[in-house]
Amino acid sequence: MAERTIGLSVTRFRPGEDRQPVSQTFTIPYHDDWVVLDALQYIKDRHDGSLSFRWSCHMGVCGSCGMMVNGVPKLTCAAFLRDYFPNEVRVEPLANFPVIRDLVVDIDDFMHKLAEVKPYIIRDDLETAPVGFGHEFRQAPEEVDDYRQFSMCINCMLCYSACPVYGMEPRFLGPAAIALAHRYNMDSRDQGRNERMPVIGSSEGIWECTYIGECSVVCPKNVDPASAIQRTKLATTNDWFRSILMPWGKR
Amino acid sequence: MDVAQHDLLIVGGGLAGIRAAIAAAQEGVSVGIISKVYPMRSHTVSAEGGAAAVVRADLGDSTDLHAFDTVKGSDFIADQDVVEYLVNEAPKEVIQMEHWGCPWSREPDGTVSVRAFGGMSINRTVFAADKTGFHMLHTIFQHSLRFDRIVRYDEHFVTKLLVDDGACRGVVAFDLRTGEFRAFSAKATILATGGCGRLWAFTTNGFINTGDGLALAYRAGAPISDMEFPQYHPTGLPGTGILITEAARGEGGYLLNKGGDRFLSQYVPTRMELGPRDIISRSMITEFEEGRGVPGRYGDYMLLDLRHLGEERINSKLPFVRELAENYVGIDPVREPIPVRPVVHYMMGGVRTNIDGATSLPGLYACGESAQVGLNGANRLGSNSLTECLVFGARTGKIAAQRARETPDGALHALEAQAADDDRATKKRFFEDDTGTERIGLVRGDLQQVMENYVGVFRTGEGLSAARQEIRQLQERFRRVRLDDKSSVFNTELMGALELENMLELAESVVVPALLREESRGSQARRDFPNRDDQRFLGHSLISRTPDGPRVEWQEAVITKWEPEERKY
Repeated sequence: MAERTIGLSVTRFRPGEDRQPVSQTFTIPYHDDWVVLDALQYIKDRHDGSLSFRWSCHMGVCGSCGMMVNGVPKLTCAAFLRDYFPNEVRVEPLANFPVIRDLVVDIDDFMHKLAEVKPYIIRDDLETAPVGFGHEFRQAPEEVDDYRQFSMCINCMLCYSACPVYGMEPRFLGPAAIALAHRYNMDSRDQGRNERMPVIGSSEGIWECTYIGECSVVCPKNVDPASAIQRTKLATTNDWFRSILMPWGKR
Repeated sequence: MDVAQHDLLIVGGGLAGIRAAIAAAQEGVSVGIISKVYPMRSHTVSAEGGAAAVVRADLGDSTDLHAFDTVKGSDFIADQDVVEYLVNEAPKEVIQMEHWGCPWSREPDGTVSVRAFGGMSINRTVFAADKTGFHMLHTIFQHSLRFDRIVRYDEHFVTKLLVDDGACRGVVAFDLRTGEFRAFSAKATILATGGCGRLWAFTTNGFINTGDGLALAYRAGAPISDMEFPQYHPTGLPGTGILITEAARGEGGYLLNKGGDRFLSQYVPTRMELGPRDIISRSMITEFEEGRGVPGRYGDYMLLDLRHLGEERINSKLPFVRELAENYVGIDPVREPIPVRPVVHYMMGGVRTNIDGATSLPGLYACGESAQVGLNGANRLGSNSLTECLVFGARTGKIAAQRARETPDGALHALEAQAADDDRATKKRFFEDDTGTERIGLVRGDLQQVMENYVGVFRTGEGLSAARQEIRQLQERFRRVRLDDKSSVFNTELMGALELENMLELAESVVVPALLREESRGSQARRDFPNRDDQRFLGHSLISRTPDGPRVEWQEAVITKWEPEERKY
């Protein structure tokens, strides 16, 4: 029996060589348990060592290998060829990001925004609290449930790639950064909400979001950034009313 | 060429590297973290089961018990002073992570939960469901963002350690995005680059685990150690090698052979599925050889049965196991057992350091999986490695920072010149010479197959000798490598070539001590030397680089309290 094959059409962009991205098609052996990433590595190993992309864990947790697969943002380590076979698979760099080369995009913007939302526990006694047996900040399982979902973000950028608002307005803080801010706001150990609000509540923060919800659809880890944004909007509005109605109360 | 200057440089942005960076920043020094990936992509992210620490002394645990379990697990060549330090510091570090926001799984009263793990005689593994490494890495990376003293160089690849006047003075690295080489000067440098599980074809390790830090130290003259001990984890998914955490057994899962028997009753009767990894992996291979494995397209496998745990427990304690099994082998563990087989997972070996993380080269330190500080001996216990990253990351960071503070600024021009030389030499080798015929992808594939064939759970002297010869041939082939990519922007093929060069160097450093260690201990099982030999080998291999290949010396293990005894479970 002849070996079955599958076509991959891959976007190439070589700065200094290509004026704009071009598509290149490779035909490779088809294996029903291969993912798109396996196919890309096969091409790099056998056909063209200059094909550039990022990957590491191959198990959907490091967040490196997000790309557009047939126009949809996906982790390529979790996108199986069998779901496309016998049709050709189109692989492109994540939408809404500047392309560095081929399938590699520039995520510096997110890295800056992540730092801006102060994604860490803020509390007065953080430096002085004793550590060791018996000194945990106690947190009931239900309190962990309040934020756990939002702590599952792997920073894979699929949500930014799916977000039409981010596509139009790059200053928008974006789904993952807001979800992570919300994650710490909802953590019973944290006291830093007021420090995060100037960034999250700014015009480029939550208010840019028009609740299209694509971010939550493409999220491979069910983080549901859209709900984080809506919940933050609600909480911020409550804050605002409270500050008007009860200006003497701080929170 | 301008020189980036810091008091302390850390190569690697995983759990150990960032823990070291925070400890150093708290000492008031300026820190640079150089990583070939964004820190949150580091392989810590794939750790699943948990971190061991005596945080529930109220349940009858003690640091002495944790220490003894670790020493026995190591097959008695852990350095016991190092083990004692770890068990005493572990509770503080694990609770420190809690204060920094790690979402540990909890009891109804709000205290931290602990679960059972292989080789641990009591429940002491702290966990965040079955994504413990992921949560620890993101928590500590995000926490590190508050320190202005920590500067990151993401997606930079280190090509060389700068050694001047007998001390490490920093590194040479190139920025993947621009291809520009640069000298990074520092008064102390810490390697925290993880292991080299990618030497093998069937591995749980990510694509990035190529042992770069080990190779850098080895070339610079700092010995590496105990490389003959790669750990085989008993439960990887056939084909991909994706890890199914030991916590699946910690929560009560069974390992069954083809006949449906819990075969471990023949091998580790008192511990069953919670025996140490080396013994369970050997038991599985023995069962396969005797015809009691389940045949599959990627060789024999065993069945990991979680069905009796019930859907609720699987969802709350092992949700990632369910996700991985469903996605990658199409099996829902609530309804069917998961196919698993032993898979390369972790390197007990690494750059030899003392208890302070200091290597034999002044100014050079190592911690985490890339170090061989003396904790793990011939077999690491599951859930000790995340703890090791925290405890020795913190200690090494602090001590290296103190050295940096006490060391005067040095001249930069010699470093600059070395970096410029390395830049030129790299380009000449890989870009200008166009006569080669070998592809790095194929040489790498062949290397992984050699390691798979000869350096498995069981080895023989004959097989190891063959492996050494074949590795030598692969090193020859590497000299004839030709790159398709000669551009400067994000050249992952150049990085791949340098990684492969590191791997070829390290492969030999695994095989030679494995050949010379004529005994079976921990994860080294020699068919031609089936017994442990404490007379000759109660200690560590110390491996130095020479023009003729690795030279091995032996160093006695440090024994404080626990004399070697027969290792039975």
